[in-house]
Amino acid sequence: MTPVRPTAEIAGPTGRRISGRMWWLVALLVAVVAAPFVLSSYHIFQATQIVVYAIAVLGFNLLTGFSGQISLGNGAFYAIGAYVAAVLMTHANLPYWATPPIAGAVCFGVGFLFGRSATRLEGLYLALATFGLAIALPQILKLDAIEHWTGGSQGVVLSKPASPLGGLLDDDRWLYFFCLAVAAVLFTVAWNVMRGRTGRAMIALRDHAIAAGTMGIHVPSYKARVFGVSAMYTGVAGALSALVAGFVAPDSFTFLVSIAFLIGGVVGGVASIFGALFGAAFIELVPDLTKQVSELWPSWHWLADVQWPAYGVLLIITMMVMPGGLAGLVYSVQLRLAARARGAQPPHSPRS
Amino acid sequence: MQAFLHQLLSGIADGAIYASVALALVMIFKATHQVNFAQGEMAMFSTYIALALTQAGVPYWVAFVLTLVFSFVLGLAIQRLLLRRLSRLPHASELTAVVVFIGLFIIFNGAAGSLFGYTLKEFPTPFDPGAWYGSTYLSSHEVGMILMTLIVLGIVFVFFRFTRLGLAMRAAAENPASSRLVGIRVGWMLALGWGLAAGLGAVAGMMAAHKVFLDPNMMSGVLLYGLAAALLGGIDNPWGAPIGGFIVGALVNLAGAYVVGSHLQQALALLVIVVVLVFKPSGLFGRTVVVRV
Repeated sequence: MTPVRPTAEIAGPTGRRISGRMWWLVALLVAVVAAPFVLSSYHIFQATQIVVYAIAVLGFNLLTGFSGQISLGNGAFYAIGAYVAAVLMTHANLPYWATPPIAGAVCFGVGFLFGRSATRLEGLYLALATFGLAIALPQILKLDAIEHWTGGSQGVVLSKPASPLGGLLDDDRWLYFFCLAVAAVLFTVAWNVMRGRTGRAMIALRDHAIAAGTMGIHVPSYKARVFGVSAMYTGVAGALSALVAGFVAPDSFTFLVSIAFLIGGVVGGVASIFGALFGAAFIELVPDLTKQVSELWPSWHWLADVQWPAYGVLLIITMMVMPGGLAGLVYSVQLRLAARARGAQPPHSPRS
Repeated sequence: MQAFLHQLLSGIADGAIYASVALALVMIFKATHQVNFAQGEMAMFSTYIALALTQAGVPYWVAFVLTLVFSFVLGLAIQRLLLRRLSRLPHASELTAVVVFIGLFIIFNGAAGSLFGYTLKEFPTPFDPGAWYGSTYLSSHEVGMILMTLIVLGIVFVFFRFTRLGLAMRAAAENPASSRLVGIRVGWMLALGWGLAAGLGAVAGMMAAHKVFLDPNMMSGVLLYGLAAALLGGIDNPWGAPIGGFIVGALVNLAGAYVVGSHLQQALALLVIVVVLVFKPSGLFGRTVVVRV
């Protein structure tokens, strides 16, 4: 254990934490930039999907983790984003790179209006109302009246974005970096917003709405705006997902998408920005992992059958091991390390 | 008019199923303030057990009772072995519990699929298969469904109203701290509640399976309508839940037949729920909660 200098003590843990965080950030950056050059094309597709999910899970975290409004319906905004991108590309002939901002703007509008009318609902009731949105949307997308644009149950097929750097990057890698750039912008924005006035207002809203109101925070307006921003993030992710999959159809946007975002958010740590990355990797990789394990020994037929139950068991074990998600685990480890450096008892001893 | 009556009565019969599921949800919500998203899947799994028993030659009513016992033990075990531990973990939030329920949902859904297959299966009914005394409105099974639900609701009412155990369970849900002081084993009361809720769900599953055929996704729609019913009746009111169930059943069936068509039924039911929530968030019979700050 390194001795702690008094100056560091005065500078507080923040000084050391930020430099520590910088190193983590650099390592992460190197890893995500190098990843597509060492991975096979299927794994590049998976990595792109993780980046897209990370944006959506971050959108969920902003709403549920930071401002305390439980949403089981963010998959609906994901679907709207995807369909906006698809319709713009096929009917308005817009280039693919123009679609995520427009999808984000449309979803902000829809999310804001939904959030505005749902500000009276709290906790469970809000969760169920948003769940209704997630259930209803695939059925609405199949409606005959808008079939001209949405393609009904058949959906819309999109052409894959072509790489402008054909010799350097193939289309898959180009798309990966395109999604990564969008994600980097959105993560930076979220990071800065959450450390500023707006972020503190959101957290105050979550912890005690009435006290926040007394402090001059306009509660309904903030709630609606956070809903809009969350929908915007999810909508951008949806637009990107349409580009990645090259295809949109109502049946890819069942309520299970919303459930996946919820799982990603909680597993990563719901009031955490970088936890969203871990959560996204979890929802993309773990079901795939249980599938691969179940196919390892083809002679054991029963293994193929336990793929989904195994995922459920893993999910429950993950929650029992780290009930606060990865971010909760990291936080309690940090607390214990800090306490040990001070030579004091850890403040949250699990035995207490 | 005849078609209208047929749709209305058939909707009320469906409502019987939603009523049982809604009551199961309310029982758990009242005691723990959690919504068990795996309720429908547990019921579906129990129904498969009933099917396996009847196919092995066990008479229907024996299989029925054995399935109830199985479901009761299943619910009890989940609460004792899993949820009790979860509630004692530090940093566990309500969202942690939601994800655990989703995990249970996935386990039961996947296990039913791999153990019993994904094909639709016919499920027997103890009632006469034809129309009810030549009625054009209802089949005997639908009448049986309604009667069965009313009988089960009656038993639940008598249990909670007139037995010491029922009183202890109500007390434990209402005020755990004081109940513990007067010697009620609150933890076990919660587990009993889970067992009873699972049993109620199993009855709903066995009644529904004859009508919609049994497959691993049978209960997902039913759970949704059950949630809607519980909210409509007031999620903290055990008497509101069944009434909400019958209303939702009738409403969904009528709307599906006359207003929006069958493919928008779920969307419409949920729209109604959102409207109810916005204008009367505590539901039709719920208690308006006043929070002191």
